[in-house]
Order: sequence, then structure tokens, then C-alpha cells
Amino acid sequence: MNFGFTEEQELLRAEVRKWLDENCPMDEVRAVSEAEDGEGFSRDHWKAIAELGWLGLVVPEEHGGAGLGQVDLVVLLEETGRSLFPSPLLSHTVAAGALLTVAGDAQRTRWLPALADGSAIGTLAVQEEPAAPGPDGVRLEGVADGDDVILRGQKRFVPHAAAADLFVAPFRGGDGLALACVPADAPGVRAEDWPGMDLTKRLGRVSFDGVRLPADAVAPLDEASLQRILDLGTTALTAEMVGAAEGAVALTAEFAKQRIQFGSPIGRYQGVKHPLAEMHVDVESFKSLVYYAAWCLDESPDEAPRYVSMAKALASEAFARIGIDAVQLHGAVGYTWEFDAHLYLKRSKWARPMFGDSEFHYERVARLGGL
Amino acid sequence: MDFTLTAEEEAFRDEVRAFLAEQLAPGVDKADPGFLAGWHRAVREKRWVGFSWPREVGGGGGSLMEQAILKEEMAKARAPSLGSCFMGLAWVGPALIAYGTEEQKQKFIPDILDGKYQWCTGYSEPDYGSDLGSLQCRAVREGDEYVVTGQKIWTSIAMWSKWIILLVRTSLHEDDKHKGITCLLVEMDSPGIDVRPIRNMGGGAMFAEVFFDGVRVPVENRLGEEGQGWRVTITALAHERSGIAEVESLLRGLEGLKALAAETGRAEEPAVRQRIARVETRIQAMRLNGLRALTRQIRGEPLGSETSVNKLTRANLEVEMGDFALELQGAAGPLVAGAEPVADGGRWQRMALGWPEVVIGGGTPNIQKNIIAERILGLPKD
Ligand SMILES: Cc1cc2nc3c(=O)[nH]c(=O)nc-3n(C[C@H](O)[C@H](O)[C@H](O)COP(=O)(O)OP(=O)(O)OC[C@H]3O[C@@H](n4cnc5c(N)ncnc54)[C@H](O)[C@@H]3O)c2cc1C
Repeated sequence: MNFGFTEEQELLRAEVRKWLDENCPMDEVRAVSEAEDGEGFSRDHWKAIAELGWLGLVVPEEHGGAGLGQVDLVVLLEETGRSLFPSPLLSHTVAAGALLTVAGDAQRTRWLPALADGSAIGTLAVQEEPAAPGPDGVRLEGVADGDDVILRGQKRFVPHAAAADLFVAPFRGGDGLALACVPADAPGVRAEDWPGMDLTKRLGRVSFDGVRLPADAVAPLDEASLQRILDLGTTALTAEMVGAAEGAVALTAEFAKQRIQFGSPIGRYQGVKHPLAEMHVDVESFKSLVYYAAWCLDESPDEAPRYVSMAKALASEAFARIGIDAVQLHGAVGYTWEFDAHLYLKRSKWARPMFGDSEFHYERVARLGGL
Repeated sequence: MDFTLTAEEEAFRDEVRAFLAEQLAPGVDKADPGFLAGWHRAVREKRWVGFSWPREVGGGGGSLMEQAILKEEMAKARAPSLGSCFMGLAWVGPALIAYGTEEQKQKFIPDILDGKYQWCTGYSEPDYGSDLGSLQCRAVREGDEYVVTGQKIWTSIAMWSKWIILLVRTSLHEDDKHKGITCLLVEMDSPGIDVRPIRNMGGGAMFAEVFFDGVRVPVENRLGEEGQGWRVTITALAHERSGIAEVESLLRGLEGLKALAAETGRAEEPAVRQRIARVETRIQAMRLNGLRALTRQIRGEPLGSETSVNKLTRANLEVEMGDFALELQGAAGPLVAGAEPVADGGRWQRMALGWPEVVIGGGTPNIQKNIIAERILGLPKD
């Protein structure tokens, strides 16, 4: 029994953290994400992390990736979360995971090497309504036309829609659910990002206006596979939430050591100290859950759904509170654009509903637990 | 990460399971004194009492992983305890092993393992609870004896104990109050000791006040050096568990809660489902935090925050589960065992009135939060 990371994983963590500290400290996060006409991320960063192998971490070696597992991915994403790294990395990785779950050889060969080397940016386009995505929410329609499929409809709340080169999109066809690999430059595809609170994360809309796809761009998709794709995405997101929440706690604890009121650091007062301790308890708790969920996804898939949902349920409610408390415990400077506390608050708002909020996941935990 | 067991560990688990299946055959009455006597003999023979202690002192020399396996299997089978001298096994023994003289080890450890008699713990005082380091119960050296005068309180099972592990003040160190504390092992029938049970809010009397009036304690019954009592205590208390047994019992409570929700016809209510799922999530987080801690211990790394994190989580769960179960029972909630509408033989009512044992005993939630904030997040002491 060993519920810890390997030396290689610790090394990966150290390397990721070092790169982020050197190349994307907070002023760079701000410069990149606040740039007026920017894409919400830096193409230079993208090239660099492609070379470091981050983009193909879970892509098998035969397709040009590193062939690592979900636990390794958690290590990477915890660190990008901690740094609030503005990047399509998360949705890109989830798109690759979706391809690996159901796509046929043609699509794997066509897209996975490009995703692994970063020459294409992928994103999972699954959600259509503000509520959590799931099999019932798939309305995008695919109609057979000879060997081709014509897609009509739209996906919304798509991460980095405007920048993506590939949309991995579940749709409803004549035979039920299916998964389409849609190149962004296919005729009839239009994508745009919406303005959002969290400038380090983009969400937008993609419309498919009679987009014609060859048969081999489509893979059959059953509910269980879609659920697995969603669980992969949920876990990856929750891993980023661990890092971001820890970042918020660390920032606030540091502030509490420095800020003097009534003659001593405010961190001495229990009204400050105890909420910080509670935040720590919460983060440790959803951290343990997401570590185990990630392990289950690769090694014990039957167990995975319960733990994925427990992790996201707790993460969603805990991080939301951490975001608010981080600002509040800073006092008025926490309300300024200049101080960083609000960046974590905004990240918590972004992450909470993605792949389902805590109510959604607690309900799933109840159901899976026999209630 | 790897949650599989080695071949030896598997074999050990099978051995434990086979033993438990044989001992706890369906229909045995686990409360029957005859059965219990046989049980305690049998587990002692297997060296599962004091399983983590070195074999030289009569323990089992079990590895951390084997201990975890044993605890988990025991809890799952709802087996009786391993040994009957609760505090002796929990911290007096580990303190003796770390600080005791050869004579002390030979005198006390076999009796603890055999469950010959009970030990109790005399730390808290009326004026010093959370602030244990300021304790005032005095011991003055006179020749080969200490003379103890003062009072302890909340001493669990003092009235049924033969010995007490006692913290006393032997000197006033202005610079560091902890340096004046010494640990003594005192026989409870020594002249000058007076024990007065205290009734708790559940109606029972498990703890007591203990008064010391010129009680003479031979110097050979001092555990560790004079002034070393704080270290002795800390070491003993640090012999912490990964919480496996507690998690199993919470998981059983969770199953009970789900059954209760179904019986009371409320399992479809979203608010009820959410609340139960929250409880389940916290219990599983506690289980996994414990496994992370166990991994660290096995690797020989210093323990992180998991112990305090889990103490807080468990405290919250004890309160929440008992309280929620009462709510589910509606007007039957505030009745007690014996009343016809009460569910599950009054188990939830006992929980709803018994949580302070877990929540207050061994350090209150506020103290746990101080520990986390100061030792882990590095905030200044208050
Ligand atoms: C069932 C039970 C069994 C026990 N068994 C034993 C035993 O066998 N032997 C033994 O020695 N003791 C025993 N105790 C005592 C237990 O260890 C103490 O009750 C505990 O340490 C708290 O001390 P106190 O009760 O004096 O409360 P206090 O320390 O007076 O605390 C009162 C309240 O103030 C809060 N508080 C205190 N200090 C601070 C602070 N610095 N910051 C914020 N809040 C603070 C506490 O959290 C608590 O809410 C037992 C207690 C219980 C309930």
C-alpha cells in the first residue's frame, strides 16, 4: 500500500513548479490574461510547455506523448492551478482524454500527435446549457448524409473556444450518442469567447452550421463512455482546484503574518487563524479525494465515479468559501485589483459550476451510495 | 500510488480474517463474560494485544501496515477490543517503552497486555484544561518519595482504575512552564487519594474528580526524569493512530443513517440526500487522509497535519451525524431508549449526547485549529 507519489512524480512536480515560477509568476499571469487583444494565454508559453511534454502527458507514446497516467496529470495540474497559469492546457488534455476513451484509429492518428506536440489546440465541447453537462443535455444534432454526417446546433461554455483548432463534441445522431472531432476550420464552424470574470480562463460558444464530417471523424459513444469522459474532465479540473485553493490559503496566511493591527500580526487572532485552519482542513480533504479518484480512473474504474464526485462536490463548496474568505481576510486591499486575492476568488467562481457544482455531485454521491 | 498488499500482507490479512471468522461465529454473544475471557486469551496468544510494541516487551512487533490491516479487519468484523486495558495500551505502555526503566517495564507492561487492571490518566485540572502546560498539582520530593497534593478532574474511569499516570508540578520554571512538569505512576489505593465520580449529560458517570492530599509516591515510580513529564506525555500522545478503527465505525454510522432515512420515508428529499452525501464525503476524505498519513509513516517521513485534520473532521462528523439522525426521527428524536417510537434502540440519542467524548476529550476543536494554523500554516502563537 502506498498512497503517495513516486520519485518521478515528485520530480515532475518540482520541474513544473520551477518552470511556472520562472516563466509565469503572478505579474506574467496578469500581463497575459489582461492583455486587451490577447487570447487569454501566451503562444510562447504554449510552445514551451509543448516542448516540456506537458501537452501530451497522458497521450500514449505511440502517438507522440509521454504515456503517463491520471495521477501524473494531477501532479501537473495541481501546479498549474497553484500558479493560476492562463492556458488551454486543462481543456486540451481533457479533449485528448476523450479521444483516448472512444475515438477510432483514424482520429487518433490524425489528432493525438498534433495535440501532443501542441501544433493543434484541442478542447472538449460538451456543454450546451448552464447546468452541468450529461448525456441528457446533448442536443447538438448529427444527420447522416451518405457516408458523411452533417452537424447542426451549438455548444456553449466551451473552454478556449476561440483559440481551439479541434472541438471534441458529443452529439446526438440517428443511432444515439456519438462523438465528433471537428476541426475549427471546417466550413460552418464559428467560435467566439465570451467575456468572463476569471481572465485566466476563457469560455465561449461554438456553432455548427451544417458542418459536414466524414464518417471516420465520428465515433460511437455510449452513456458510460460519455460519463467516463466527464469524470476525466472533472478530476483534471478538481486537481487544478487543489492547487489554486492552496495558493489562496498560502497567500492569505502570508498576508496574515505581515499585516499588523492592534500591535500584532492579524494571524495571531483566532478570527483570522481559525478560518485559515478550516480552509486547510478542507483542501487536504478534497486533495485526498481527488488523488484517489485519479488513481481509480486508471486502476479501479468501477470505484471512480463515487470518488470523482465526492472530490468535486467538496472542492466546489470549499474553494468557493476559500475564495471569499481570502478576499475578506485581506480587508480592503483584498478588494483592489492590485492585490491578488480576487484572482483566486474568480477562479473559484469559474471552477464551481464546471462539470457540475457541489449539489450536482452530492446528488450523484447519494445515488451511487444507494440512496 | 498502489493500493495492493504484498503477498505477506495478504497472508496476514487472511490469517486475521480466518481467526475472526472462527472466533466470531454467527450467534456468539460478544458481551458474554465467558466469551470475552476466551477472546482476550486468544488474541493475547497471537500477540495482537500491543501488536505495534517490540517483541522484547511482549508486544507483537507488527509493521505499520500489518497494524493497519489488523485494525481494519477487526473493525469490519465488529470484534471486541484487543486487550482490555484501554489507556494502558493507548499511551501508558508506549510511554513506558520510550521512557521507562527496566524494572518499570517488567512491572507494568505484562499486566497491561494481560488486562489485569485499568489505568487512568490524570492530566486535566479544574483550572487547566486546554492550557495543560500550566498545571498546578504539586509534588514535593522528600527523601525517596514525592508527596503529591492537588486535584485532577475529568479523569475517565478513575473509580475503576488501579493505577494513574499523573502529571505534577515539581518546580516553578518562570521561563518555560513545561520544564517544571514531571510524570508519576501512582497506585490509586494510596492513602490520601479521594475519587468522586461526575455525572455527564447522558446520565452516566464515566469520569471523576481525583483529589490528592499528601499522597506519597516512591521515586522509582517516576516515569522519565524530573522535569521531563511534558516530553513523556507528548511522546505517548503522539503514538497516534491513522484513525482506521474510527473510520470503520463512522462508515457503519453512515449505513445506519441511510437506513434511517429510508425507514422514516425521507430518502427522496434533496436536502436529506445532500446532507448524507456530505457526511459520506467527509468520512471518505478522513479515510484517505489517514492512508496518506500511513504512507508517510511507512516511508519514515515526519507526520504532517493529517492527525489534527482528521481529529477536526471526526469531531464535526460525530456532532453532525447524531444531530441529523435525531432530526430525521422528528418528534421521536428527543426521546431516549425505552420509548416506543425511538429508532435503532436509542443509538442515535446516545450519539447525540455522547459526542463530547470525541470532540472535547483529547483537545477541543479550537485547540486543533490553533495547532493547524500555527504548526502548519506558520501563523504566530496566540
Ligand atoms: C468525556 C471526556 C473524557 C475526558 N477524559 C480525560 C481523562 O481521562 N484525563 C484527563 O486528564 N482529561 C480528560 N478529559 C479532559 C479534556 O482533556 C479537557 O476537557 C480538554 O482538554 C479541554 O479542557 P477544559 O474542559 O478545561 O476546557 P477549557 O480549556 O476551559 O476550554 C473551554 C472552551 O474554551 C476554548 N478554549 C480554551 N483555550 C482556548 C484557546 N487558547 N483558544 C481558543 N479557544 C480556547 C475551548 O476550545 C473550549 O471550547 C476528558 C474530557 C471529556 C469531555
